[in-house]
Amino acid sequence: MRWLTQLRMRIQMLFQRGQAGARLDDELRFHLEQQIAENLAAGMSAEEARFAALRAFGNPALLREQARATWSWTWLELLMRDVRYGVRTLARTPGFTAIAILVMALGIGANVALFTIVRSVLLKPLPFQDPERLVRLYEQSADDSFPYNDSAAGVFAEWKRLSHGFTDLAICGYGGYNLSGSGEQLPEAVRAATFSWNFLPTLGVRPALGRNFTASDDQPSANPTVLLSWGLWKRRFGGNPSIVNQTILLNAKPYTVIGVMPASFAYPEAAIQLWTPIYHEEPASEITAIDSHDFRVIGRLKPGVTETQAVSELTLFTLRLHNQHLDDPFVSKGANIRPLLDSLVGEVKTPLYVLLAATGCLLLIACLNVANLLVARAAARHKELGIRMALGGSRLRLLRQHLMESLLLSAAGGAVGFLLAYGVLQWFVSARHDMARVEAIHVDGVVAAFAAGLVLLCAAFSGLISSLSAKSDQVLSSLQESSRAHSAGHARARLRAVLLTLEVGLTVVLLISAGLLLKSYDKLRSADLGCLTQNVLKMNFALQFSQPAQRANFFDTLLARVRNVPGVQAAGLINPVVPGDGYGGDSGFAIPEHPAPPQGKLLYALHRWADPGYFAAIGIPILRGHAFDDNQRPGHATEVIISEEFARQNFPGEDPIGKHLRTLGQRPFEIVGVAGDTSYSAGEAVEPMMYFALDASDDTNDAALVIRSGRDVTQFALPIQRIVAQMDRDLPVSNILTMDQVVGRNTLDASFDATLLVVFAGLSLLLAAVGLFGVLSYIVAQRTSEIGIRIALGAQREQVLRKVLLDGLRPALLGLAFGLVASVGAVRLIQSMLYGTQLLDPAVFAAVSATLLLVSGVACIVPAWRASRLDPMQALRTE
Amino acid sequence: MGKPNDLVQGTLDLLILKTLSPEAMHGWAIAKRIQQVSGEVLQVQQGSLYPALHRLEQQGWIRAKWAESETGRQAKFYALTAAGRGQLEKETANWNRLSAAIELIMTEA
Repeated sequence: MRWLTQLRMRIQMLFQRGQAGARLDDELRFHLEQQIAENLAAGMSAEEARFAALRAFGNPALLREQARATWSWTWLELLMRDVRYGVRTLARTPGFTAIAILVMALGIGANVALFTIVRSVLLKPLPFQDPERLVRLYEQSADDSFPYNDSAAGVFAEWKRLSHGFTDLAICGYGGYNLSGSGEQLPEAVRAATFSWNFLPTLGVRPALGRNFTASDDQPSANPTVLLSWGLWKRRFGGNPSIVNQTILLNAKPYTVIGVMPASFAYPEAAIQLWTPIYHEEPASEITAIDSHDFRVIGRLKPGVTETQAVSELTLFTLRLHNQHLDDPFVSKGANIRPLLDSLVGEVKTPLYVLLAATGCLLLIACLNVANLLVARAAARHKELGIRMALGGSRLRLLRQHLMESLLLSAAGGAVGFLLAYGVLQWFVSARHDMARVEAIHVDGVVAAFAAGLVLLCAAFSGLISSLSAKSDQVLSSLQESSRAHSAGHARARLRAVLLTLEVGLTVVLLISAGLLLKSYDKLRSADLGCLTQNVLKMNFALQFSQPAQRANFFDTLLARVRNVPGVQAAGLINPVVPGDGYGGDSGFAIPEHPAPPQGKLLYALHRWADPGYFAAIGIPILRGHAFDDNQRPGHATEVIISEEFARQNFPGEDPIGKHLRTLGQRPFEIVGVAGDTSYSAGEAVEPMMYFALDASDDTNDAALVIRSGRDVTQFALPIQRIVAQMDRDLPVSNILTMDQVVGRNTLDASFDATLLVVFAGLSLLLAAVGLFGVLSYIVAQRTSEIGIRIALGAQREQVLRKVLLDGLRPALLGLAFGLVASVGAVRLIQSMLYGTQLLDPAVFAAVSATLLLVSGVACIVPAWRASRLDPMQALRTE
Repeated sequence: MGKPNDLVQGTLDLLILKTLSPEAMHGWAIAKRIQQVSGEVLQVQQGSLYPALHRLEQQGWIRAKWAESETGRQAKFYALTAAGRGQLEKETANWNRLSAAIELIMTEA
């Protein structure tokens, strides 16, 4: 039962400490009274009795302390006392406290936010079963130029039939549908993916509602079936579970909804709204092709099988296929493998780690700054500390209190920073919903623990650095030193200068990285797409005609009506995409006039289908020959137009006009013109391109309408949508964007990374400037009397100004040198993120150096000027 | 004013427990009793007595109760708990062994 008593005592001591204290006093007073009574009885006078008793009793405060020390929770009491004392000290200098907390909040907040993103996106396992065994499989193209190429469905079938290293292999394709509206709903173009029936079982995911595809759903003759995404189900069908087994119209065909996927499911990407069975959707030609690289293959490794073992087998099968089809250079000759997580987030890895490194620097700078501020405070409280040491305060006790102050600052900063991070993450998720796995970003316990860890780390770092400088064992000298402020705290000033040098160095690294990214973004932004971008609008739609003639008729009518809209200067149609809007696909070709290319050499170019007016509408110049003739109608199209790069690569020193191109398995087209080069994405190298007549396409119903106007082109979006709706009520128009917006989407990543890094670098620069200003002001204040004496003895004010200025600029200059050297190494990290910008761009390095010198000059000139204006009489009287 | 060393502290604990074994007492009385019984040899300082009492209370060997003292004033009376009684027996046995051993050495060596 003793433990029960002890527990009771402990609880009592925790909650009734004040009462217990009062009782202790009472108990001791009783003892004293007894002693006095005894003394009185022994015949002393009242006063004598009292003094004798007090003498015998000893130091009552100490006795009380010793008795209290035996109670439980003493450590807590001491801690609370330290906290109380720390809060009181900090509250006495609200300005300092506010700045320090703000600095910490910025540093910790930025790091918590970035850590959350990095952890959620890059580190957290995928929300699938045993995700570490899931891999993405690629084909390696025959000429090795695409080691991680998408797969052909025919090759996949061979892999699946023969391989031994996988529990299962599954295939996924891209698609898009027009989802018809019911009732008042408008039609909508939705992005979709096609899955083989075993795709979800391979991932280990099940629909939240309903069922997965079965093998019998996944064949050409099956009834059409579809799985809905959680988002689409909620948004479009009101989250009604009775949707399962009902029919929806996709491309005007009825599909039975067999299930709804969980909200967390986003494969292959978050924008996918529904999934259909691949072998039902894709035409037989695509499914059997071994040279059409349009599909993603995933696999689940068998336990005990390594990636290398699994893929070497696939390479063998692919090479065999290649050797059987030597006449087709587009059959790959190898396979490659990557963890599924890497295949999803590989592209965002470097930028995220760069940003994390930048926030790490920011935090380090923040800590250095707070440490700096604390060092200054310690110096200002030098005398106080000396006195406390002299009175017997133990070193440990003082250190503990010192650390408590920095802990309080970091904790408050951490709390504010955590809120800041939460807000930043909300914003990030909404601003970058296009990023891979952005849906996985959540603040959770691990993030909170990380924040707490950062708080402790920052507290220890800034607290220890500043207490290191407090040489509190030299009590006497410190008391003497501060009695006359001639060269006080030199060691401290030196420490602060070292901290500042580091701070400036890190700032320089951040500034240079930010500068390079900014320059690269600027280059990217102004990169020439090869066409007009101002006052050009484009919109996409997908027709549902089965006959080429119907489609041609629709296109003709649409163009005629759009060109009649007042204000529209030109209009054209292009399939699949306008410049800057993506790769859009390529085809292999042969030139009948040329000898066959050497074995293994791939001849391919990006393909486009355009109407005769497209080139004029979007401003792509026809350099030689002419645009399409008007007679390029369905079944009679014979003309092809090639790009300049195409001509340069395939017809060097030759006139391409009148030559022919034969795309795989088709009749030859005659080259009638050479068009200017365009980029498929801003900043990407120009690829050879070939344009066929719009009506020459047999099976593609997609097209983008391009409109040019002399004034604000967005005003035509609604009238043209109305024209489309009049022609086909059930035809959704999607991706209505000006060409400027298309370019903006290309450069979104670059602008985002550059903006964030510029913000971080700007903050560091501000912190460094504040640090410089603080140190110099402090040095000047410390040396007031020395400077006063110098001036009194006849030193010129300019001399004083120069000397103080040099004192302040020395750490800035050293830091700049250190930062420039460090940058040479650090910028390698961002090499892959740069476009058209040299790693060691002299302009950026020069601009950063100039900015830094300017800012540190401004930060130093104020205290230096103040020093040179000192009134010697005043200065000598200050102590 | 350092803390009493281990031997003294342990011994003081034993003395307090022993003194409290017949009846509950307040701190003053405990000090007086030890002083009297030891023939004025052992003088317990307040600086040792009260920390020791509080420590014993925290450990559950003794229990405190406020009651009226002989002078009519409220005082804190300490009494042995059941666990404290067991502890006293153990400590007494220990002490006897130890003092016998010391005695042996003092006479034989």
